[in-house]
Amino acid sequence: MTEDRLKVEDRKVLDKNTLILIGILLVLAIIVNYFANDHIRTIANLCGIYVILGLSMQLINGFTGLFSLGHAGFMAIGAYTVAILTISPENKAMNFFLEPIVPFLADVQLSFLPALIMGGIIAAIFGFLIGAPVLRLTDDYLAIATLGFAEIIRVVFTNTQSLTNGALGLKAIPKYSSILWSWIIAFLTILFMVFLTEGSYGKAFKSIKEDEIAARSMGINLFKHKVMSFTFSSFLAGIGGGLMAVHLGTIDPNMFRIALTFNIILIMVLGGIGNINGTVISAIVVTAAMEILRFLDSSINLGFIRLPGIPGMRMVIFAIILMLVVILRKDRLMEEN
Amino acid sequence: MLKIENMTMRFGGVIAANKFNAHIKKGQIAGLIGPNGAGKTTIFNVISGVYKPTEGRVKFNLDGKEEDITGMRPDEIAKLGICRTFQNIRLFKDMSVLDNVFIGNHLRIKSKVFSSLLRTPGYRKEEKEMLEKSLYLLDRVGLLEEKDEKAHSLPYGKQRRLEIARALATEPRLLLLDEPAAGMNPQESNELMDFILNIKEEFDLTVFLIEHHMDVVMGICEEIFVLDHGQLIAQGDPEAIQKDQRVIEAYLGVE
Repeated sequence: MTEDRLKVEDRKVLDKNTLILIGILLVLAIIVNYFANDHIRTIANLCGIYVILGLSMQLINGFTGLFSLGHAGFMAIGAYTVAILTISPENKAMNFFLEPIVPFLADVQLSFLPALIMGGIIAAIFGFLIGAPVLRLTDDYLAIATLGFAEIIRVVFTNTQSLTNGALGLKAIPKYSSILWSWIIAFLTILFMVFLTEGSYGKAFKSIKEDEIAARSMGINLFKHKVMSFTFSSFLAGIGGGLMAVHLGTIDPNMFRIALTFNIILIMVLGGIGNINGTVISAIVVTAAMEILRFLDSSINLGFIRLPGIPGMRMVIFAIILMLVVILRKDRLMEEN
Repeated sequence: MLKIENMTMRFGGVIAANKFNAHIKKGQIAGLIGPNGAGKTTIFNVISGVYKPTEGRVKFNLDGKEEDITGMRPDEIAKLGICRTFQNIRLFKDMSVLDNVFIGNHLRIKSKVFSSLLRTPGYRKEEKEMLEKSLYLLDRVGLLEEKDEKAHSLPYGKQRRLEIARALATEPRLLLLDEPAAGMNPQESNELMDFILNIKEEFDLTVFLIEHHMDVVMGICEEIFVLDHGQLIAQGDPEAIQKDQRVIEAYLGVE
């Protein structure tokens, strides 16, 4: 009965491609960090943040098959948590000139890492609480409900003057952001995703995506696993939002519109649904392209003709790319790795 | 092992099962037959928790402890030890053959999700056992060679065997097979009969199966329930069933 062919060796969870990818990116991150100019460094930093966000979207949508559109909301929660916890008391007093900040937060100041983790945890708590009612819905209904949640968060943050400073937003967030921070967290996220999806729980998530009826008949508690996946995904979105806050230094509720979620979905789809390495690459490509294609938004002088600048032209191009990818790579999109 | 008492399942005005009673004893192979649309799969769906019956109870008796499983969730019922296969095959199509069986083990996992993330020694040991059990089951159903293939790439007959292996991975005491011989030729269904008898012995199972192949049903079932239009019209051993006038009428029609 214990023949050799039925033996299981200790397996390596990280495959060669992922290790090579992490190696290359690590070297690139270090080179960019020490030798590149500020503009490139800003882009590289943003790339790291979008890797985290893309993977977080991949977890809930790509692996568990839950079409959630609430990312901008969880990012807002993470971003505001980090901002409120890191802005110094003096700057808080300056920020909140219309209405003072609630007293218990006025003098709080944490260093970056604890604040960032709090950002993730609070986003995760919201994910858990929202998940309980919302994850009983399926498909389109889930998408609408999560989209609604993200909008509610935005509207609430616009109106809670003494907590979030409303539409004025928060300024003077200490710029803790750096390429190394963003990328170290991005690498940890990659490892998290690989370890999760190769393990028993991650495979259970995938089975839910494949066939819910079969999964629950095999004893998988759908609700528990969906909430778990949603909470993890919210945590990562909160972390991504927090990094965004310290990267930009200024946040306001209008940053966290559906367009932000759309960007992350674009990264997921381009990377291939359920494909971790692909998502990492597509996060970098999309983020870099967003910056490089910025010239499309300003007026272009072709010498003989002058095209007026149309703000938002980049997004049109991106939407077209997305459509082309979906049409041309339809079959390959569903492949794993 | 399993008692279904006065079970009625109504969908709007349609009565899919009407006051159905059955008692399946431990260690038995029982069969459920009837013309198409008689309500056989509905009864499986009620037992496995996919549907909650309109009336009546389903009771599961395990080692002398009787539990009322009416209206429990499918995953709770699977945990208690009732697992099933599907008439229209429901594999995790884009996952490997091995992963399909591996997932069948997941309901008995003791490690928490954070140990799986950190790959603690405890989790690694448990995962190894789960994989070894999966490989053993694949070998048992003759699919070891195909373990790395995608489930949807298997031919039909092998997909049916994979479904059985996946169900066995959940460590059931009562196995529900929904048309296991569908689409099989006589030789394949003969092999299937031997296979069912073998796994029944090896895993100490009670088997309840729906089947249209009469040679399979008559060949291995000790107790047969005949359903027509949601009504139980006959019950007994193969010999009695074959002689039963109402069964013959249900199958051949009556003038």
